[in-house]
Amino acid sequence: MQHYSGFGLLKHSFSHHENWQRVWRNPTPKKKYDVIIVGGGGHGLATAYYLAKEFGVTNVAVIEKGFLGGGNTARNTTIVRSNYLWDEAAHLYEHAMKLWEGLSQDLNYNVMFSQRGCLNLGHTLQDMRDIQRRVNANRLNGIDGEVLDAQQVQEIVPVLDCSDRARYPVLGASWQPRAGVARHDAVAWGFARGADSHGVDLIQQTEVEDLIIEDGTVVGVRTARYGEIRADRVGCVVAGNSSVLAKMAGFELPLESHPLQALVSEPIKPILDTVVMSNQVHGYASQSDKGDLVIGAGIDGYNGYGQRGSYSTIEHTIQAIVEMFPVFSRVRMNRQWGGIVDTCPDACPIISETPVKNLFFNCGWGTGGFKATPGSGHVFAASLAKGEMHPLAKPFSMFRFHNGALVDEHGAAGVAH
Amino acid sequence: MFHIYCPYCCEYREEEEFHAAGQSHIARPLDPDACTDKEWGEFMYFRANPRGIHHELWVHAAGCRQYFNITRDTQTYEIKEVYKVGEQPTVVANNAK
Ligand SMILES: Cc1cc2nc3c(=O)[nH]c(=O)nc-3n(C[C@H](O)[C@H](O)[C@H](O)COP(=O)(O)OP(=O)(O)OC[C@H]3O[C@@H](n4cnc5c(N)ncnc54)[C@H](O)[C@@H]3O)c2cc1C
Ligand SMILES: [Zn+2]
Repeated sequence: MQHYSGFGLLKHSFSHHENWQRVWRNPTPKKKYDVIIVGGGGHGLATAYYLAKEFGVTNVAVIEKGFLGGGNTARNTTIVRSNYLWDEAAHLYEHAMKLWEGLSQDLNYNVMFSQRGCLNLGHTLQDMRDIQRRVNANRLNGIDGEVLDAQQVQEIVPVLDCSDRARYPVLGASWQPRAGVARHDAVAWGFARGADSHGVDLIQQTEVEDLIIEDGTVVGVRTARYGEIRADRVGCVVAGNSSVLAKMAGFELPLESHPLQALVSEPIKPILDTVVMSNQVHGYASQSDKGDLVIGAGIDGYNGYGQRGSYSTIEHTIQAIVEMFPVFSRVRMNRQWGGIVDTCPDACPIISETPVKNLFFNCGWGTGGFKATPGSGHVFAASLAKGEMHPLAKPFSMFRFHNGALVDEHGAAGVAH
Repeated sequence: MFHIYCPYCCEYREEEEFHAAGQSHIARPLDPDACTDKEWGEFMYFRANPRGIHHELWVHAAGCRQYFNITRDTQTYEIKEVYKVGEQPTVVANNAK
């Protein structure tokens, strides 16, 4: 793999940047792999990368029905934070946060991780009590966080309406300075490039149509394009389509797939240098390095696999944004799109063994899995390499819905992202 | 935007007036005390999530406030039929269990 550096940039400028190496190969799959990862989103690619790099399992294929990062990974609003309430979740997301902090260096690829901080606003007394509780819990877990009052919030975000004229006045916020955003496409591409350089085969435009199961053990996958591809272990990381894959394996998951949408505005001058989220009015916004406002909406109330969202949800979101930032009321929106998120009854992911031997699932991240990308990949890779769940993944077993040990993060962590 | 026919108001109204309340036809265990943890967990948390025909409960929240059922395709979003609580769907998926 070609190493990216300032010197390389200079060198290539002499040949008009026409001789850069391809970022990853486009191989024909082998007949058999040690591990097959189904789904080439950020989580699947990160899993492949850490499998090869940290755990020495290099005979790996990632099989993706579309193109790398074409799922939720590059459709999200890019918010990265780790201020979750419960220990299990906090440890998992903080594990990811620590990996984010060195990711661009590790991958030799700029994922544009920017620790611009994240505010979760409180608009009611109960919000403020919850915020206090969560920040205390975070600090006990060694995660940075502060409780701010309305005036401190106003100092950080001058364009936010913190007056008492608002319908839901801002009373304060939780503030995680280490939180921020990352360039979502770059995350997928960086992990893909890293995995490829360690010998992982990235197979695009290939849909897994069935899982091959013999005597209760998975032995490979069936694809329309290349027929059967065998493997000792299979990890499914297919976000919104997890129920469909589980059905192929003959079991059910407690998931429901919903469209979740986002919008971006026309680029404007720098105006918002942090992430602002509100659970109460339900809207969240940040400004990308390019200048557009990145705005997230809520999920549609009904199940759906169409990658668009309903109009009424956009209207609610825009109402919330204009309520918080009256100054944005004239900004034009450029684009809107949706992704399909698989939501879990306890708003926590499933990283788990399954009733089928050697078949593992990593799913159910719902509306908030982007922030976990490196951590999810890392713990899932460890689990696939050893055939036994990583300690941080253990509480997220799919069997928790049978034994009652839920990790209920609903509302406990600010907005659902 | 859906235009949903409310079988109680007998009119088409806009989606905004309604609220989706999840999968329909979920039977509560007849003898809850005799349920295993697995059966109880499945009743509580496991819902059908098909890519295709789905039967779901909706409520006319800003109208008559009655619950009723909709059969809908989760891929095309086409509403196939609307029927009252207590009635059975006429449109079912080919591969329905
Ligand atoms: C609008 C929106 C905003 C969001 N905002 C945030 C946010 O601000 N912060 C945050 O942390 N999270 C956010 N999320 C959630 C986050 O994007 C997801 O949790 C995360 O990206 C999931 O990553 P993934 O790799 O598991 O899934 P994906 O990126 O969806 O990857 C799954 C891949 O599997 C492939 N696939 C599916 N079926 C098959 C098959 N049969 N064969 C082969 N391949 C298959 C798909 O094509 C896809 O590429 C948001 C999501 C959306 C939609
Ligand atoms: Zn009605």
